[in-house]
This record gives sequence, C-alpha cells and structure tokens, in this order.
Amino acid sequence: MLSRTASNLYWIARYMERAETSARLLEVGARNALMPNIGGGMRNEWESVLNAHGTLNAFLDKYGDPVQRNVETFLFFDRENPSSIASCISAARENARIVRTALTTQMWDAINTAFQEVREMERTERSALPLSDLVEWTLRVCALVRGTIDATLLRNDGYHFLQLGYFIERADNTARLLDVKYYVLLPQVSMVGSGLDNFQWGTLLRALSAHRAFNWAYGGEITARKIADFLILNRQCPRSIYSCVSGITDHLDAVARGYGKSSAAQTQSRAMLAELAEMRVDHIFDEGMHEFLSRVIGDVNRLGFAVHDTYLSGDIK
Amino acid sequence: MSQYFNEMFDGASVRPPYSTLEHWAREMSADLRSLKQSEAEALFRRIGITFAVYGEGGDPDRLIPFDMFPRVFSAGEWRKLEAGVKQRARALNAFLADVYGRGEIVKAGRIPAHLVYKNAAYEKAAVGFMPPLGVFSHIVGIDLVRTGPEDFFVLEDNCRTPSGVSYMLENREIMMRMFPHLFQESRIAPVEAYPNLLKRTFASVAPQKCDRDPTIVILTPGHFNSAYYEHSFLADMMGVELVEGQDLFVSGDFCYMRTTEGPKKVDVIYRRLDDDFIDPLCFRPDSMLGVPGLMNVYRSGGVTICSAPGAGVADDKAIYTYVPEMVRFYLGEEPILANVPTWQCAKADDCKYVLENLKDLVVKEVHGSGGYGMLVGPKSTKEEIEIFRHKIEDRPDNYIAQPTLALSTCPTFVEDGVAPRHVDLRPYCLVGKDVELVPGGLTRVALTEGSLVVNSSQGGGVKDTWVMAE
Repeated sequence: MLSRTASNLYWIARYMERAETSARLLEVGARNALMPNIGGGMRNEWESVLNAHGTLNAFLDKYGDPVQRNVETFLFFDRENPSSIASCISAARENARIVRTALTTQMWDAINTAFQEVREMERTERSALPLSDLVEWTLRVCALVRGTIDATLLRNDGYHFLQLGYFIERADNTARLLDVKYYVLLPQVSMVGSGLDNFQWGTLLRALSAHRAFNWAYGGEITARKIADFLILNRQCPRSIYSCVSGITDHLDAVARGYGKSSAAQTQSRAMLAELAEMRVDHIFDEGMHEFLSRVIGDVNRLGFAVHDTYLSGDIK
Repeated sequence: MSQYFNEMFDGASVRPPYSTLEHWAREMSADLRSLKQSEAEALFRRIGITFAVYGEGGDPDRLIPFDMFPRVFSAGEWRKLEAGVKQRARALNAFLADVYGRGEIVKAGRIPAHLVYKNAAYEKAAVGFMPPLGVFSHIVGIDLVRTGPEDFFVLEDNCRTPSGVSYMLENREIMMRMFPHLFQESRIAPVEAYPNLLKRTFASVAPQKCDRDPTIVILTPGHFNSAYYEHSFLADMMGVELVEGQDLFVSGDFCYMRTTEGPKKVDVIYRRLDDDFIDPLCFRPDSMLGVPGLMNVYRSGGVTICSAPGAGVADDKAIYTYVPEMVRFYLGEEPILANVPTWQCAKADDCKYVLENLKDLVVKEVHGSGGYGMLVGPKSTKEEIEIFRHKIEDRPDNYIAQPTLALSTCPTFVEDGVAPRHVDLRPYCLVGKDVELVPGGLTRVALTEGSLVVNSSQGGGVKDTWVMAE
C-alpha cells in the first residue's frame, strides 16, 4: 500500500488512542473533585491530571489556575491544544478523510460521525454538557471506532499499521502516566499506607481503566509492587507495557511476513519484548522506576521512528 | 404561462416520463418531505460528500444542496442525446490528435491557426506525441441545456478533468435508499456501471510498454482540493490507489509510487490536476503538486496520462464555436447537437454587436469556469453591465457572448411545495478502445427563483437524473 496511506492509518489510531487517554484523565480528575479535600485538595489533583497529560505548562500559560471548567475546556474543546479530544478527533478524521479508500464504510462512518458530533457539541450550551457525558461520549466513540476496525476491516497491511499506531501510542501513554505518578509507587515515600497513597494508587489504576481488573488479578492488599507489576509486566492487563510491546511485535511480524522482508523495527521490538519477559518487579525497583520508565519511553519512541523509516516515509532503501 | 419549457408539464397534462413522479410529489406530505430531506442531508454528511467553494471562506464541509425531485428523460430523448454526445466526444479527440500532429484542419482553413497554436491551452510539450489509441480526452463532460421538447444545445465541452460524476452516482444511491418504491414502479436505467467502465477505459489506453495488468492510479492535488471527495470516491469504486505528487517519482524510463513494500511501477495516471502542475520540470517550476520528470516518461511511452496534457485546447471557449465544423471535417457527419450561437469579442463585428446588446446577452471569460466572472445581462444592474463593458473594451479577446437561453425547468422542492427551477445536464462520455456513455449524468439546478446560473459555486444544487429504460 502507499506509504502515505499507511502513515495516515497509523496516525488515525494514535489520535484515537490519545483522545481516549485524555478522556480517562478527565474522568479521574472529575472523580477526585468529588473526594474530600485532602493532601492539597482537588486543585492539586487537576494539576496532576494536566501533568500526566503532559500539557500542564501550556494550560497554565493560557488559563492560569486549574479550575475544573477550564480544564474541561482545555482537555476536551480547545483546538489550540493539539492533545484535546476535539483536536484528536478532528485530526483522526482528517487523516481518515485522506485515506477514505482504505477504510470500510462503517469505520469511516464511526470516525466521521464522531467528528460531526464534536462540531455539534461545540455549538451546544456548555451547561447541557456535564463532564460525565463528555467522558462517556469519548470512550464510546473510541470503542466504536476500534470495534468497526475489529469487525469490518480486512486483515491486510493497513490493519496492522492501524494496530501499530494503537499499541505504540498506548505503550507511550502507560509509561508516561506511570512516570508522572512514579513517586507514589516508591517504597520510601513517607505516606505509605496512609489514606493518601491508596487514593493516589487508585487514581493511577483508574486512569488506565484498570481499577477493577487489578482487584480481580491480584486481590488482597494494594501494594506498590503489585501495581508496578500489573501495569508494566502483567500479560493479562491490556494496557501494561508488556502487552503493548507484545502487540507491536505481533503486528510488525505480520507486516514482515506479508512483505516477505524483515525489518529493523522488528528486531528492536523483539529485543524489548524479550527483556520485559524476563524482567521481575525487583529489577525495576533496583534500576529505579523513573530511570526504567525513561528508558521505556525512549525505546518506544525509537520504535516509532523505526516504523516510520521502514514503512511510512516512502524513502527508497 | 411561462416562456420556459417545463420538462414535466405539457400545458396542463403531465409528460409521460414524469407520470409516476407527479403523483409521488402530490401525495408527499410536508412532514414526510422535510423528514426525507434531512435524512438525505444526514446521508450525504455521513458519506462525506462536501464541497468547498473557492473564495467564499466559510464552511469547508458545506454540502451541495440535493433536490429530491428527479429529472427524467424518456428512452427516446436519451437515444438522441447519447448519439450526439458520443459524436462530439469522437470529434473533439480527432481534433486533438490532429492539432498535435499534422494540423490538417488548420491547413484546410476550417479553423484559424492562431486560435489553435497561440491558444494558452495549446501545450507545446505535447506536440508530436501520439498517446495510446490516439485518445487525448478520456472523459468528456458535455454541458447541455434544453429549451424545448427537441431542442438541446451544447453550452460547453470539458475535455480536461470534468468533475461531478460522484454526484451522479451518489444521488442515485441516496434516491434508491430513500424511495425504493419509485424504482420498483418505474424502470430506470442504472448508472452504477460507470466506475467499471472508467477503469476499463483506462486499462485500454495503457502504454504499449506495459506487458501485464496495468497499474492505474488517480493523481489528486490533495485533500484540500474541493473535489477531493470525488477523487477518493472514484479511487475506491475502481479499486485503485489515490496518490499525490509526493507519492510518485520518476526513475529511468518509468514512473513509480512509494509503497510500504518499496517502489511500484505505475502505468496509467488519471490526473485530477491541471497541465501546469503535472511536472515542475516541464511546466510551472513552483508546483509542489506534480511529479518532476513525468513528462519525459510520458513522451517516451512509459506512462499514460489521462487526460493527455494539452487536451484543454479542445474545450477552450474560443475553439467551441468550431466543434460542429470538427464533426463535419473528421467524421463526415452532420452534428446531432447544436452549439449555442456565440459571438467572439475578438472579432470587431461581433464585439460591436455584443457591446450594443449587453443587457440581453450572457458574457463569459474565454478561459473562465465555474460560473465566475460572467455577466447575465437580463439579470444584472446597469452598473454591473457598465463594469463589464469596460472589461470587454479593455480585452475583447478575453470574452465571448451568447444569447440568454430559455433554459428548461424541472419541478423542484421549494419552501412551500414544488416549483419549476432551471436545470442543465452534464453527461460523462468515456473514450478509450470504445466510446461509452452511462444513461444518466449530473443535473444541476438553479435553486433561486428565476436564476439561470446552476454552478454549485454559485448556489446551485443537484438532482438525480433518470433515463427510463426501454
């Protein structure tokens, strides 16, 4: 397929996944806003939501104090914020429009309808759009788009490039969310065992839609080790770094098989997966959580570049 | 009674092709109508057919208004149109092959040499090269108007890249989805074969050097182009890649596209950009849209470009006057479809007449399109007419004039029911190994009461066009 088409597909997936992450962060913030004012209170929590989103400074420059309504505007509606849900869905739709021919009608329909609905919401009185509706809507359209891909798209190379986009974005998002909150997981934090860190851990799990899954998988006391294990190494958790890298590897393998030509990206992701497969939580704490996560973010980034160089740039090799 | 020919009514009686529709429209309640209208709009939006209007700013996702009342031709009417359109398409192609070759028609004195060779659309880079099968214009869009039961006139020819065919196909899809019973009750000739015929046309003009199933692509200026939807729609319907200039490159004697598996040779390019932008090495050096070196590959027979560079000289408004002459000269036939009488302001006598009669005439720029820069005398104010007078006096050779035609009307849904609105027709004739025309076309309708300008860039709408099966 055209390199440019592959690139558009890949970015559709990345934008959709990014929109979903933004929505989940909004949900976390909203939930925290309902909690009693502890440890700096909810203002602090909106700040950490923005921090996890990687857009705190951009927000402060534009809006000043992180009050809920502004954060909502910024993360959902603001077109000047490239990671806002409206921006992501518009960008996904723009990419989809360009490669209309590589999509099924249902998939285009799902993305285009989402875009039309965003425009409709932009024209709607804000009081008619409670945060919970915005979040629910986003999660629903993201699920719908994923569902149409799953149910209607041919399993050809285009499908694999879409999946690569999803997994690479998700690996990056999980690593970043963990990194922003990594201090909560450190054993030496003085508040261990207090109400606060339980609360913070809950926040982290919720931000990854893994709150209840965690309880099913581990049960018993919530500990930092369990959470780190769950979100980094667990093979059942769909957003764990292991699962993401495993997905990347599967789809790179599928592409290479289809083209009858192995790639540098494939070698890189296999090496990453092999390391994660052997790893224990102790290794991560020994290396230092932040150091480990920085390494993962860098590796995922390089993997993205390798995919781009090999398949998406169209440069002759 | 109105001076305009109404395609549905003959006096008080309904003309036969419209009989089912008359009943259908009469029985439709206002509620149902607005329900169906918004359903149609939602369908268009979901499919993604939108039309950006140049120079208007505003919503790039604006829809072309769709009028649900179909425009109908009887089988007999269509037979004549079909023969006329095919004849014209053959003559235009013969003309192109001639003027980029030996120039017999000029030597015979049937067309003035300067109109051809000094024409801005005459492409020197195309001289002396005969494209496969001698076809230059593979899709000929012929704009027709009707003034009476038997009176059809060609308003203009489009030999480069006529657009709008996606509306012909989608309008039909939407009508079939919304009013299936109409299609059960009447026998309406299908148009859905068009993409297949188009692909077959392109395959038939693959370069001789191509020794396998030809790889066909559509070359688009990009997704900001107002017709991008159509480019992507046609690529999808034909199952071919939609490429931009950056996706193609020239190496050695051939043109390739960049794919995830490496370079892939391209044999036929259906380009949807103007000659000027095809190859920055040959034409405009500042064009970012084209493919450097493409013209060399084309001229050495490595790739077929559809329509061929230079095809535009045949649809120039100054050449238009001579198309009936082409039919006689190349085909030895009498033209089936008539031209609209045209005055060339470049000729002193004509210009004098035009300036004296501006209030009754339609004046157009020779190279204009899309309904821009034209004057509709009877619908214009004194000031507008005076402005045009100066323009014509400044550059007479830039203008032609035609009488204001009494365009036929077709019933159209309006605010408070059904009313006649003026329409035109663009059928799309395919020229390759065979000359083919699907039974249908794009009907454009001037939605404003009394307006004669049907261009979508000027607030026109579209209708489904039916040809009754025999």
